[in-house]
Amino acid sequence: MTAMVVRQNRIARNADRVGLGAMIVASICLVVLGTRLVSGPMVSVIVLTLILDLVGVLVLATRGGPEARRLLAPYGLLKPGMLWLALFFLAPVWSLIRISLSTKESRFSVNYDFNWAFQNYTKAFSDFGSQFQRAFLYAAIATVLTIAIGYPLAYVIAFRGGKYKNILLGLVVIPFFTSYLIRTIAWSTILADRGFVVRAMNAVGLGNVFEWLNIMENGKLLNTPTAVIGGLTYNFLPFMLLPIYVSLEKIDVNLVNAAGDLYSSATRAFRKVVLPLSIPGVFAGTLLTFIPAAGDFVNAQFLGNPNTTMIGNSIQDQFLKQNNYPVASAMAAVLMVSIATLVLMYTRIFGTEDLA
Amino acid sequence: MMRKRTKYGRYALNVFAGFGLVYLFAPIFFIVAFSFNKPKGNFNIAWQSFTFDNWLHPFAEESLTRALWKSIEIAAVSTLISTILGSLIAVALSRYKFRGSGGINLFLVLPLTTPEIVLGSSLATLFLGQNFIDFGMTTIIIAHVMFQVSFVALTVRARIRGFDWTLEQAAQDLGATPLRTFMKVTFPLILPGILAAGLLAFALSIDDFIITFFNSGPVQTFPLQIYGASRVRIPPQINVLASMILFLSVAILMTGTIAGMRKSAEKQATAKKFKLLHRK
Repeated sequence: MTAMVVRQNRIARNADRVGLGAMIVASICLVVLGTRLVSGPMVSVIVLTLILDLVGVLVLATRGGPEARRLLAPYGLLKPGMLWLALFFLAPVWSLIRISLSTKESRFSVNYDFNWAFQNYTKAFSDFGSQFQRAFLYAAIATVLTIAIGYPLAYVIAFRGGKYKNILLGLVVIPFFTSYLIRTIAWSTILADRGFVVRAMNAVGLGNVFEWLNIMENGKLLNTPTAVIGGLTYNFLPFMLLPIYVSLEKIDVNLVNAAGDLYSSATRAFRKVVLPLSIPGVFAGTLLTFIPAAGDFVNAQFLGNPNTTMIGNSIQDQFLKQNNYPVASAMAAVLMVSIATLVLMYTRIFGTEDLA
Repeated sequence: MMRKRTKYGRYALNVFAGFGLVYLFAPIFFIVAFSFNKPKGNFNIAWQSFTFDNWLHPFAEESLTRALWKSIEIAAVSTLISTILGSLIAVALSRYKFRGSGGINLFLVLPLTTPEIVLGSSLATLFLGQNFIDFGMTTIIIAHVMFQVSFVALTVRARIRGFDWTLEQAAQDLGATPLRTFMKVTFPLILPGILAAGLLAFALSIDDFIITFFNSGPVQTFPLQIYGASRVRIPPQINVLASMILFLSVAILMTGTIAGMRKSAEKQATAKKFKLLHRK
């Protein structure tokens, strides 16, 4: 009798381990069920495990006393959201990788055989290598441009906005309350061949200069790489500007004044005080801009030509038009892994804690 | 000489920022202006003549209106679910210190660092493998909740970071039950953060295109309808509806800012009073 009480106490004291373990087990069960990794009687075994797991935690919470309840509480709060993500974020990634290594039974079949078909990956690289290159190149240029435009703008708002700070910040965000697609379509009309911008440039003779700089092609602005990169820059600018603004806003103006008191010039004060303190914002902004830009296909579709397609266009086309799920999945998997690698390298080099 | 140069530098930066704002607003001016255009043919892209017709009949394009309502419906349901799930996660992360919180923080950021096209296509492969679920409203809502949860959790967590959890203990010391403590103390205090996150989630859902594109099946949301129609025709009603959404969001934003300003002014006033009291 006492032995049992002791054991119960031990479980109650380690309720946090039990709670975490139960959450992980439940997540694994859901991933297994979602990806249909098992079939037949095994399914009922997994379902039973899942139910026992959830019931077990409930029993522990009701009978374990206040201390166990306190230890279990965070896991109880986390569980609904975490299980949702396990089933609809983790399981899909698993099934994506699985399909990327499968082949279709026949051309018109809807069934796939998992047979380690690595040829999907070689096909993805050989047929769509240039799309990969363009995606990363365009996204990188667009990211640099968003820093070039976003940083000064954020700086002016944060340090010179005064009492209009909030209004200016609101002005910056307002354009992005219109739909993403409508904005991009609007740009395609603005940059159109007979549109205002192209005519104005030719009128002042800038057309030839831009032609020489490869910004324009044959007197066109729409359907050039410039337009695609411009669209990416425009659409992802707030993702750069807002984190930079947040980090600039936190800077104590007295630090800048102190630098001035110590005979530092304005540029030097900026370089040695403001810039280092705003790096976390630039860091977060770079991730928030580069990642969606590299996977985007809307800008390339509305503002580009067939020679400016990015990997997003290819994935979309192979997946939804050609119904070639294996190759499309292989491309998506490569995109995911390369971005994860880049992010990891980037965090190692510029590593900051406050990513989120 | 030195002085002068910095002064010019100052102006240059301000002018640059001004150009930045013009750049940001260029397509918006265009969208709003062309909502008053009377287009010839199917594409509302060349200026013809001024008219109020489009604003008098904003819902004339039936398929567009239907798609907009569908988007609002989807956004409402998915926001409700994701706000509940995400807020629970945020409360757990900021209220308790527990085993595994580091891993959970990392896991929450993962959906945000995955390109939308990967999220959309991978979720579609999951649904393709199931024969008891059809692409449609359900799959769109599932997809939206999936990417909203992380946004909500991180936003709410940032908003309640400085929250004083000992208030809960105080309430319980004064004899409140846990439920009453939550309803009377905790919930009202974290509600602004939850509302802000909910607004963000709603905006994300209503404007989402890429993930929805992969998981929509026959259902047409507002962005999907525009995408499908853009090759055949661009009616001016698109501009009217877009302008309406814009003005509505600006109104919401402004009321929020004004309320915030008033609150901080009140706070300052009370602080002043308090100081005066103590000086006496």
